[in-house]
Amino acid sequence: MSAWERFLHTFFNRDVIIQYLPDIGKGFIVTCELAILVVISGIAMGFILAMVRAYQILPVNLIIVGFVDVLRSLPPLVLVLLFYFGLPNIGVVLSGFVVLWLVLAAVLAAFAEEIIWAGITSINKGQWEAARSTGLGMTQTLVYVILPQAIRMTIPPMTNRTIAITKNTALGTVIGVGEILNQATTAQSFSSNASPLMVGAIVYVLLFVPIVVLGRWIETRFAWKNA
Amino acid sequence: MSVPAIIKIIDLHKSFGNLEVLKGIDVTLGESELVFILGPSGSGKSTLLRCCNRLEQAQRGQILFDGTDILKPDTEINAIRQQIGMVFQSFNLYPHLSVLGNICLALRKVKKFSKKQAREIAFHQLERVGLVDKSDNFPSELSGGQQQRVAIARALALDPKVMLFDEPTSALDPELVGDVLGVMKDLKNSGMTMLVVSHEMRFARSAADRIIFMDGGNIVEEGPPEQMFDNPQHQRTRSFLQQVGY
Ligand SMILES: Nc1ncnc2c1ncn2[C@@H]1O[C@H](COP(=O)(O)OP(=O)(O)O)[C@@H](O)[C@H]1O
Ligand SMILES: [Mg+2]
Repeated sequence: MSAWERFLHTFFNRDVIIQYLPDIGKGFIVTCELAILVVISGIAMGFILAMVRAYQILPVNLIIVGFVDVLRSLPPLVLVLLFYFGLPNIGVVLSGFVVLWLVLAAVLAAFAEEIIWAGITSINKGQWEAARSTGLGMTQTLVYVILPQAIRMTIPPMTNRTIAITKNTALGTVIGVGEILNQATTAQSFSSNASPLMVGAIVYVLLFVPIVVLGRWIETRFAWKNA
Repeated sequence: MSVPAIIKIIDLHKSFGNLEVLKGIDVTLGESELVFILGPSGSGKSTLLRCCNRLEQAQRGQILFDGTDILKPDTEINAIRQQIGMVFQSFNLYPHLSVLGNICLALRKVKKFSKKQAREIAFHQLERVGLVDKSDNFPSELSGGQQQRVAIARALALDPKVMLFDEPTSALDPELVGDVLGVMKDLKNSGMTMLVVSHEMRFARSAADRIIFMDGGNIVEEGPPEQMFDNPQHQRTRSFLQQVGY
């Protein structure tokens, strides 16, 4: 076998690919489900935390900041293992899927909160004053005046962070969640061939490149006509 | 005062930390009166205005608006604020909303008008400030003078009983000042009650009913424009007018 043939045989083995493609397809679905759940619940929770923080209630804010800082400093893998192997000891048995969802959503919420909070504080005080002086309440001002402006600024960092966190769905491998990487490594050990991993990598690219492009598109769309 | 008072400020004290910025201010603003506040920078003019709709919380004293003390914690402040229009030096239009959106927001969310009613009111106010044709533009597409007139329309749309102006022309290029002052003059002629902080001396002389001179958190003297400009009683008033070249 020539080197080129060996390369093809190792990474692009047609028979292996055909045999395991359905499994990786299943993994793709699981990864998509997880990603969607994590993104929606994580960003929603980040929003709620940032909005609550805007009310400046000291004890509440200390809890939020504590939560955010801890989650931002821990590697997600630690949390995944802690929840998956620790919780059953206190009688809480969650599936790997649910653990992964909750952990990644919480981590994304922590980063999202910081990003949105930075957006909120970057808005000129005069915007608050103008809105409040017309009789709009605190929550109305936040929702109709401050957040629409803040969100535009948060889109680039939020896109980056969302992609980074969603890629962590690959941690499902260590707790038996049948996502892309898990399917690919299983197939790799059964077939003793790296092609399934190659396919897995390609599927990740197919999944995330559109999100990156979408993020860039939203970024330009959201830039309002400003001076 | 023969006319009924819309705003009556009694012995108002305001400090930022240890810095006492208002040291016992008394002002009565009668219906349809235009009262002008003059004074050097840092004398507390903005703070006084901002206390009137509780953007700043005063520590002591009373501000009676139509007889209600707005400084009392249990006063429904959002209800009062709709009746006190405020115009800022830096316009503070909402950049993400069109001119129409800027004016309609509080009409819809505070006054709960229908979209159609809100638009009608907005167009009426835009007519008043001469900017009907800009209704679909965004603030960044307008000149400073136009932005300030939109800000005035936004405040007027809520049908306030009094308008507060904090240096409404200070951020404008000189050639744009006239339009804004023109709108304010029209407003005065229509009977609006106004409290104005500004350095437009000629406007003060021609439009003000009364002029208050503030310095260091106190009212130094007040009186009709002729007296204040031609025959000021206090040395501090005289030197201030001299400094601003009047
Ligand atoms: N939010 C604030 N915190 C601390 N000091 C303030 C604040 N706002 C105003 N001041 C101080 O209060 C004084 C009066 O300010 P201001 O009312 O803006 O004066 P003016 O409008 O007459 O120039 C100034 O010394 C200013 O530095
Ligand atoms: Mg000022």
